[in-house]
Amino acid sequence: MRNAFIEELTALAESHDHIALIVGDLGYSVIEEFADRFPDRFVNAGVAEQNMTGLAAGMASEGYHVFTYSIANFPTFRCAEQIRNDVDHHRLPVTVVAVGGGVAYGALGYSHHAVQDYALMRAMPHMTIAAPGDPLETRACLRWLVANPGPSYLRLGKAGEPRFHDSIPDVAPGRWVKVRDGDDDSILLSTGAALGAAMSRAEGRAVWSLPLWSMAAKADQPAQIARHERVTTLEDHLADGGFGSWLTESVAGTPAAGRIEPIALSAEICDRVAGQSTLNRIGGLTL
Amino acid sequence: MKEAPFVAAEPQDTQPLARRIRGQALRMVTRAKASHIGSALSIADIVAVLYGRTLRVHPAAPDHPQRDRFILSKGHACVAVYAALAETGFIDPALLDSYGSDGSMLMAHISHKVPGAEFSTGALGHGLPFGTGKALAAKRRGQDWRTIVLTSDGEWGEGSNWEAALFAAHHGLDNLVCIIDYNKLQSLKTVDETLRLEPLHSKFEAFGWAVREVDGHDHGALVAALEAAPWEPGRPMMLIAHTIKGKGVSFMENRVEWHYRNPTPELLAQALTEIAGEKGDA
Repeated sequence: MRNAFIEELTALAESHDHIALIVGDLGYSVIEEFADRFPDRFVNAGVAEQNMTGLAAGMASEGYHVFTYSIANFPTFRCAEQIRNDVDHHRLPVTVVAVGGGVAYGALGYSHHAVQDYALMRAMPHMTIAAPGDPLETRACLRWLVANPGPSYLRLGKAGEPRFHDSIPDVAPGRWVKVRDGDDDSILLSTGAALGAAMSRAEGRAVWSLPLWSMAAKADQPAQIARHERVTTLEDHLADGGFGSWLTESVAGTPAAGRIEPIALSAEICDRVAGQSTLNRIGGLTL
Repeated sequence: MKEAPFVAAEPQDTQPLARRIRGQALRMVTRAKASHIGSALSIADIVAVLYGRTLRVHPAAPDHPQRDRFILSKGHACVAVYAALAETGFIDPALLDSYGSDGSMLMAHISHKVPGAEFSTGALGHGLPFGTGKALAAKRRGQDWRTIVLTSDGEWGEGSNWEAALFAAHHGLDNLVCIIDYNKLQSLKTVDETLRLEPLHSKFEAFGWAVREVDGHDHGALVAALEAAPWEPGRPMMLIAHTIKGKGVSFMENRVEWHYRNPTPELLAQALTEIAGEKGDA
């Protein structure tokens, strides 16, 4: 996903001279080509994420679409107020990019586990969350974000995620994308890199992915939920404030709420250090 | 097609402008029963010099690409800026009557929805990083407008300001001016008693900024410093403006309670008399 991101961003920057990339002193062996090709649109802000984000908002207010790039919680929680006030409230085109979504950096420990980021980002009224499930969804999300500039959060896994689509899918906020055919009465719906877990737990059920979602896109969910008897959501994030909660809230107070069964990571993993696959299993995402 | 050159508004006499800003600010907080009048009076002269003289802005084109960008980082002192925007034609002076009331555009922290205001603040430590982004954008695009950020002194407790201070110096942003409203009084006690900033001048020099100090109520000194920009090629500018919180109203000067209190009608009348002095135009 990381490679798909930087390849696609570099290609988009070629044809969009307002795309800029600011990194928080991270991205070794990822960002070099962008930095070399577009030196006047690349900044390493150093280990200073609050300034990185305020700076990005300032540049965005002058016509740039700025991508801020760092690991896990550094570009989100560390500078949450800058995202809330400077970016989201002013509706500026800043895309916060985090690599290492979920527990992709499992062995690096809790500081590097991004398992509460949806909760933070989805509480902001103008924020679009882009959580692609594979490298092709990553490209699709990026193209959508550049075509529809605004406050946004791109949550990437790491590298080497499997490809599940044959071609770049059509994506739009709130719209489910079918990834695997199967029983459409009881389906799996994942966001982000939990698509891999959904595919391995399908057991004949259809698998859908929702790579773009937002507060506003909640309104589009009841009609899509209504087409299925059971919707099992999967996410590599804690249940509280997560994707399954978001979907359930969209039909809260209606009988459809009972059709949703969220599968998310147990908070037990917050005290554990292990590789990604082990943590996803202990957390209950994978079997 | 080449864009027509930007023409800034005609300069005006900043002394009466400052008196009118103080008078409007006092009336606004009294009507709205709002706080922070001490902070607004502290920056009234700086704001008068900016809007009356040194900022290249024009009320007929508040979003002109070649305008100077002014960011009020101490958003709680917004009445001074709203008053200046009204006194220089950016907004209808009648709008000031609605300050702080339900549904008004004029909230009690500065809002970017007001014509002429660049950025909403209220949480401290946000203005300088944002302004640094603007200054970097201008540099990267070879544009010659300037960014001026006005911060409080207390907000230099925020780490984000120091991050921006490092960044602006590292990137040689000599199109960025930061003015510190150094009234030395923060929310509960003095800066010295709260979280000491001294030695401030040498601190900023050590950070790589060009640093000047002025009396923040001396219009001539403020104009001279701001019109001399850039002071040193390749260095952002830090103007330490020594000010008095509550300046111009004897019973508010250097009194921490006027960070919170609003005047009674009687105290408002007394304050307006003091501001007007012999001129009678507050």
